[in-house]
Amino acid sequence: MVHSSIPLFWRLRKAKYRLEGTKCRKCKSVFFPPRSFCSRCRRKGEIECFPFSGKGTIISYTIIRTPPEGFEKQSPYAVAIVKLDEGAQISGQVIGDLKEVETGKRVSAVFRKMYEDGPQGVINYGLKFALTG
Amino acid sequence: MDIGIVGYGCYIPVFRISVEEIARVWNTDADSIKKGLMIEEKSVPDVDEDTITISVEAGRNALLRAGIEPNKIGAIFIGSESHPYAVKPSGTVVAEALDLGRDLMAADFEFACKAGTAAIQCCYGLVKSGLIDYGLAIGADTSQGRPGDALEYTAAAGGAAFILGRDPLAILDSTLSYTSDTSDFWRREGQDYPSHGARFTGKPAYFKHVISATKNIMEKASLKPRDFNYAVFHMPNGKFPSAAAKTLGFTKEQMAPGFVVSRIGNCYSGSSPLGLSRVLDTAKPGEKILLTSYGSGAGSDSFIFTVTDKILERRDKAPLTDHYISRKRNIDYGTYVRLKGKLKE
Repeated sequence: MVHSSIPLFWRLRKAKYRLEGTKCRKCKSVFFPPRSFCSRCRRKGEIECFPFSGKGTIISYTIIRTPPEGFEKQSPYAVAIVKLDEGAQISGQVIGDLKEVETGKRVSAVFRKMYEDGPQGVINYGLKFALTG
Repeated sequence: MDIGIVGYGCYIPVFRISVEEIARVWNTDADSIKKGLMIEEKSVPDVDEDTITISVEAGRNALLRAGIEPNKIGAIFIGSESHPYAVKPSGTVVAEALDLGRDLMAADFEFACKAGTAAIQCCYGLVKSGLIDYGLAIGADTSQGRPGDALEYTAAAGGAAFILGRDPLAILDSTLSYTSDTSDFWRREGQDYPSHGARFTGKPAYFKHVISATKNIMEKASLKPRDFNYAVFHMPNGKFPSAAAKTLGFTKEQMAPGFVVSRIGNCYSGSSPLGLSRVLDTAKPGEKILLTSYGSGAGSDSFIFTVTDKILERRDKAPLTDHYISRKRNIDYGTYVRLKGKLKE
């Protein structure tokens, strides 16, 4: 059984549920996962909340056939690095027919169950990617 | 100012299993089942989909059509008989995912297949009373059918979301309910599958409540079946709503746009809401819609809606119901068993 940290997941829920990252008002850099500090502007940076659209392009992917604990029922599944249209790159599971997953394909975020902490634990939800073209 | 539906949206999982495939496994006569239930295939949720994920996707589409800031919504009510948690609301997860903010009433509803329309009634009442500006009502389910039971051919997954408020695309002219203690279908706490009273689910249950609620609302509004352009009844199968419509005097033409059951099955709390969603996809300003849900246990909620010209500017802001109905992948019974977790360790 996976034992996830409930407080950790709770702190990150805005990012996990709706891709809420951050942006530096000064240099326009975007960050996901959200950063509270601009790595470019350093102390002169002005960080604000920035919701990503969830649309992006697959730049690389792999197929997981030996899944970690908690993901057995979903196996085999694709995990991709997705370049979001707004700039940041994130990794995420790609749903749908594995034969159709390819580098360069367009994706958009969909809300899904990520994993359960066993039958008595919490259900962790989040965003995966679905092919859109 | 008129109150009604300001935005709507739906979601149906991509997988389908046909009546033939289920009948092949249980060695039953697919043709007679298809004829009897008027169902070709049903939707099946993926292993990572449940009532919460369906509600989020349907809610997003409703927000796109409504074109309002999510934090303007003052209440979220999700009706389902498959809430993922026994204790912990689906509504809080959905509200967080949709960024509805913290100044929010939230509650999960249960009333078999009519919990979604009960949510619409509550949102309507709160908007009308002035307590909230907008309310989000969702009917969604990933319903269960015991392997080999008649329900297995129909128990499907999907849902629809409606934002109630002012400046609507469909005015809610009238609503009422008809309720009685009738044990036609139930699921006890901790049980994986529901039980039902077989033929008892018909005359004293579905038909008594659907027909009574519909007759009552037409009488209250001084309207006849011919005054409506569309009629949507809860669709546990194709036969029941067709027979209820015939008894009440509605035509096949009035029923056709909302008759989604033959291609996706019975989505329980999402059933009649998905029918309404498909009707709104093609309805014209000025047209009248009659909607009557049914929930075992038992009760029916009836509604009369009048479509406004706002439908024309909002309809295409989100995917239509047919997008989700025709976007499908058929699976075999073994895959269905795996996705639905029917094999216990």
